[in-house]
Amino acid sequence: MTAQKNLASSIEDPINNVFTSEQKIAALRDMLRIRRFEQQSFKLYQQEKIGGFLHLYVGQESVAVAAVGLMSGADEMITAYRDHGHALAVGMSMEECMAELFGKATGCSKGKGGSMHFFAPDKHYWGGHGIVAGQVPLGLGLAFALKYKKIPGCALCFLGDGAVNQGVFSESLNLASLWDLPLVFIIENNGYSMGTSLERSSSIEGSLAERAVGFKMEREKINGNNFYELRAKLHNVMERARHQCKPSLLEITTYRYYGHSIADANHKKYRSAEEIHEYQKNHDPIMLWEEQLLKEGVITPSTMESLDQAAKEEVAAAILFAEASPWPEPASIFSDIYSEVDVGSDAAKRGTYFFSDTRL
Amino acid sequence: MPLIDYKTALNQAFAEELTRDETVFLMGEEVAEYDGAYKVTKGLWERFGSRRIIDTPISEAAFLGLGVGAAMMGLRPIIELMFWSFAYVGFDQIINNAGCIRYMSGGLINVPMVIRGPANGGTSVGATHSHTPENFLANTPGLKVVAPATPYDAKGLMISSIRDNDTVCFMENTLLYGHRGEVPEGSYTIPLGVADLKREGTDVSFIAYGRALLTALEAAQTLQAEHGISVEVVDLRSLRPLDEEAILNSVSKTHRVLLIDENKPFCGISAQIAAIIAEKAFDQLDAPVLRVTALDAPAIYSAPLEKLQLPNTQRIIAKALTLF
Ligand SMILES: Cc1ncc(C[n+]2csc(CCOP(=O)(O)OP(=O)(O)O)c2C)c(N)n1
Ligand SMILES: [Mg+2]
Repeated sequence: MTAQKNLASSIEDPINNVFTSEQKIAALRDMLRIRRFEQQSFKLYQQEKIGGFLHLYVGQESVAVAAVGLMSGADEMITAYRDHGHALAVGMSMEECMAELFGKATGCSKGKGGSMHFFAPDKHYWGGHGIVAGQVPLGLGLAFALKYKKIPGCALCFLGDGAVNQGVFSESLNLASLWDLPLVFIIENNGYSMGTSLERSSSIEGSLAERAVGFKMEREKINGNNFYELRAKLHNVMERARHQCKPSLLEITTYRYYGHSIADANHKKYRSAEEIHEYQKNHDPIMLWEEQLLKEGVITPSTMESLDQAAKEEVAAAILFAEASPWPEPASIFSDIYSEVDVGSDAAKRGTYFFSDTRL
Repeated sequence: MPLIDYKTALNQAFAEELTRDETVFLMGEEVAEYDGAYKVTKGLWERFGSRRIIDTPISEAAFLGLGVGAAMMGLRPIIELMFWSFAYVGFDQIINNAGCIRYMSGGLINVPMVIRGPANGGTSVGATHSHTPENFLANTPGLKVVAPATPYDAKGLMISSIRDNDTVCFMENTLLYGHRGEVPEGSYTIPLGVADLKREGTDVSFIAYGRALLTALEAAQTLQAEHGISVEVVDLRSLRPLDEEAILNSVSKTHRVLLIDENKPFCGISAQIAAIIAEKAFDQLDAPVLRVTALDAPAIYSAPLEKLQLPNTQRIIAKALTLF
């Protein structure tokens, strides 16, 4: 009930006043698409169609969808390895994402990146990064480039609650604030870094967002299951970044339902089944949003059902596409390494670039 | 042609590219108001201002990563490391991000960045400040590595590196910064992947790069004068891409080869070149492939011993004589 009350509390915020019924339904659709994609990926992993690590976004869908919904054509974003939700939210197709998980040539990275490394620069999406906090200074660079080019956009840099303890995160907070970069750091606090709870990983004063204090940076803690609150507060800091070139640090509380990665055999050890259940029952962002839209009369149960059905069908088609797609050619091992070599420019005409036999 | 020193040659390259291309900016510790720890960027801040020439706090990982992010967005950062030894605190950004993002994105992204600074021992600053990580960098497909020995090569290769659409790791040397040589005033480029024959000879090939090239040339003179041995000296200039053809041509001509570099021997640059010669020119060899590298220990502080540790003419001459 408290969550419901909160949900209503930001509804009158200006950015939510201009949130049309179609957009509200689109947000639900995008969250459902992510959830269904992830749930099917889980099954495919168990069937060994997908290898390596697979970090699912189930439970956190509202964060990426709300943030992407506020992006203008001039904004940029980057995240860590739990990147499928952000990818689908920015408009990458389920086909290219699923094919990448399968390691197929039709994947978004031609089968060269895998689950943790999705990219779509044409959609202002700069990945997809496997090293914890490795993407954070790249986010600085995106913001730096916007300011350098005098583009009135902002960069969104997502990271996990575990990533805040990497040195480069603190370095980046300092630089962003020191140089007034149009950057929003978004900590998606899902409570755990692998099997380590926030309590066991981080010494904090109240909120992870308080780490901004020593750097003279604006900060905010947001309930990630409250779509209206997410929009209202994200919009404010994005506007501040765009128009005043001021960075912010956000902690968004959220939760992941699955293990850290599918390969996380321990995930019942470090948290209880009750904890997961409680979240699913009372705080699930999709459920809360559906309830809200029903209450507003924006949606009917049958529209909800058809959105969900469409999402499932879209995933099913993406799986067929991935299955039917070819494996990458062996020769492709040696492309996409040096851009000058790929385009065959004059700069690449001389010298040896690869030190093994490239004729496969 | 004007005689200028190595650091001035680099400085000219920066100034020309900063003038020519608005997307070029230069960033690092003390590069702006202080004129650079070694004065390589002298006067650039006054001329180009704080937007283009940017002093950073001591946060290598963050500003290397910033460079990658800005390069993805189409800018051309020149990131100065006060010493390449300091790259190790930002290695993740160089190897994982600059080196691998193009591949992991299936070619959607390129990272047109130059990372540069001195990478040398020989200055009595101890092991932490004397590293030569060119082998680690060249071990990463996705990165390019150049190591010019002369002011002329430094300027031409720097201009090419700034214009290159991939990340180039530019290895300089504090002991070379003051070396003078003839350098044209205007803009010119030297392609990556092209070695330069710095001395022609018939009896033995010396393959070197960076400061070791100068040591090799000195040793070559002595060998000619005192032993009547005609040495050919190949300056690699660029390590990845590598001019294999120049190496193999020289070996086929002289049939004897000595590899000389200031890198460590284990999996060092010379180890790779030895492997290439063994694979591709075995039948040409009249003697084993030998190497003169830095002695295989952390860089020592004590000056006279440090001199021993790096390749010097005596070690080169002694080793070369064993080839005959
Ligand atoms: C530098 C580095 N160290 C360790 C890992 C292994 N690892 C991957 S994810 C992870 C936990 C990170 O948790 P968090 O930042 O909270 O993100 P979440 O997985 O919850 O989204 C760890 C330890 C890594 N990928 N990179
Ligand atoms: Mg976490």
